[in-house]
Amino acid sequence: MRVRAITLRILQQFIHDKRTMALMFIAPLLVLSLMSLVFNGDAYEPKIGVSGGAVPFTRALEAQNATVIAYKSADLGTAALQESELDALITLNGTTPEVMLEGSNPTANRAVMLALTAATRNLQSAGGEGQVQPQISYLYGAEDMKTIDRFGPIMIGVFVFFFVFLIAGVSFLRERTTGTLERLLSTPLKRWEIVLGYVCGFGIFTVFQALLISWFSIQVLGIMMAGSFGYVLLLTLLLSMSALTLGTLLSAYAANELQMIQFIPLIIVPQIFLSGLFPMDTLPLWLQRVGLATPIYYGSEALMNIMIRGKGWSAIALDVYALIGFSLLFMLLNVLALRKHRKM
Amino acid sequence: MNQGHPVIAVTHVRRAFGTKEVLKDISLQVEQAETFGILGPSGSGKTTLVKLLTGIDEVTSGQVEVLGAQMPKLSMLQQIGYMAQSDALYTELSAKENLEFFASLYGLRGGNRTRRIADVMEVVNLQEHLRKRVDQYSGGMKRRLSLAIALLHEPPLLILDEPTVGIDPVLRKSIWKELRTLNGNGTTIVLTTHVMDEAEKCDRLAMIRDGQLLAVDTPADLLRNTGAASMEEAFLYYGGARR
Repeated sequence: MRVRAITLRILQQFIHDKRTMALMFIAPLLVLSLMSLVFNGDAYEPKIGVSGGAVPFTRALEAQNATVIAYKSADLGTAALQESELDALITLNGTTPEVMLEGSNPTANRAVMLALTAATRNLQSAGGEGQVQPQISYLYGAEDMKTIDRFGPIMIGVFVFFFVFLIAGVSFLRERTTGTLERLLSTPLKRWEIVLGYVCGFGIFTVFQALLISWFSIQVLGIMMAGSFGYVLLLTLLLSMSALTLGTLLSAYAANELQMIQFIPLIIVPQIFLSGLFPMDTLPLWLQRVGLATPIYYGSEALMNIMIRGKGWSAIALDVYALIGFSLLFMLLNVLALRKHRKM
Repeated sequence: MNQGHPVIAVTHVRRAFGTKEVLKDISLQVEQAETFGILGPSGSGKTTLVKLLTGIDEVTSGQVEVLGAQMPKLSMLQQIGYMAQSDALYTELSAKENLEFFASLYGLRGGNRTRRIADVMEVVNLQEHLRKRVDQYSGGMKRRLSLAIALLHEPPLLILDEPTVGIDPVLRKSIWKELRTLNGNGTTIVLTTHVMDEAEKCDRLAMIRDGQLLAVDTPADLLRNTGAASMEEAFLYYGGARR
């Protein structure tokens, strides 16, 4: 009987907390749909540039489902490669094809090599020419680039975001549930002062967090690091800021800690899928667009540019501004959300 | 008690949450340096009224004036000391850290802040527990610390929501003595209570039930007018008469 009483009570609690119930049923469907979109995407089709004498390769490569773009000069092709518009560029040096891989994405590297091997084999058997061994080089990364080197920058972004989001969110939520928020609002404190105070207080901690995580990933875990440590630090910090401001904002819409945790499958998981951890090109266009509205996307893009491609300020400036913009927007919305508790 | 302008003037105040009317046409005035009690059972709208007085909440219609200014007004919050029904303390901090935090919010700094903290802790008789973490405090101690925080910035108006819940009779007496001293210094006190014998200690009393103001008068007059022997009977009289 007592077991039945507990069973019944739990069912009643679920029925009263519609949001938890909805999440139990809907969140798995959402995450699974995202997964199927990400993993069921078409096989990765490499984008290969050809220039000069390598143009004859075009047809053979296209037969291997590669997208081939012809460039008038090798310089134009190299520029496109540097902008990561291409996965590889093929030029002809005498009779030897020279292949330069963009290199930052092991999946793309493999796809290019696969297409290239098949294409050269077909060409040789058709033309009956002698052995032509393509020369392979890497623009970024290296032949021995490990999966962790590719995922490292993204995972730094994801985990920083995840933990700061939860901790800041729960802490702001507590302020409400323990009544201290109401107490604060009965003082002459202005709403924006609360929000800014939170950003500064947590901000100091996130500086140390960013330092530690960046140092640990690079020095201890040995994740590939081609660029400036200062930029890594800056990006990690800005990503923390956006997580902190988003967490405190969304805590206004959670009644308790559990409901805060329920934001993970809604806010964090989709961002991970759209962060560039998996090739974005194979996703439907609308889903790629959604990715553009998430902080982690900008954070991990910039971190990849710094850590793998060793790029400087001009390559990450847009991402930096985007993250600052997100943080400011979330702060502003939070100041407005606090109106729910005090109008002035 | 009439010394010119009232400290609080509530005129025809209505407060509704959606279609639920929590306060219905309340009008009352609080004079300077009196202890004004708001008596009513829980759910009667006491806390809602208090939130209107402190400017945390806004009226649906009617108006609330505090010290001559129409509420809600941010600058008026400096003039009000508020003690909420929930203790609203940072339990992971020490009492001293809590006091320092709230003192800073009210703009107290340096030696003045240290002095005020010592003063208010003496009032609530917690001076020996200043450095203790609040999660080690008993329920009554937390209540007293909340009161101490409300007194920090020496506000001319104190609004206390159920200030003596969970405080033992001895300490309750000493807190009342302190409230009387504050009255003597010109501080106006508004407090809510559902304890009848405590209501009798107020200078004047408003009785609220179901969001309606039943009566406002001195405890003695309330008893005399209803012919009741106790405050409880008087309350029942007004509550019954309304039906």
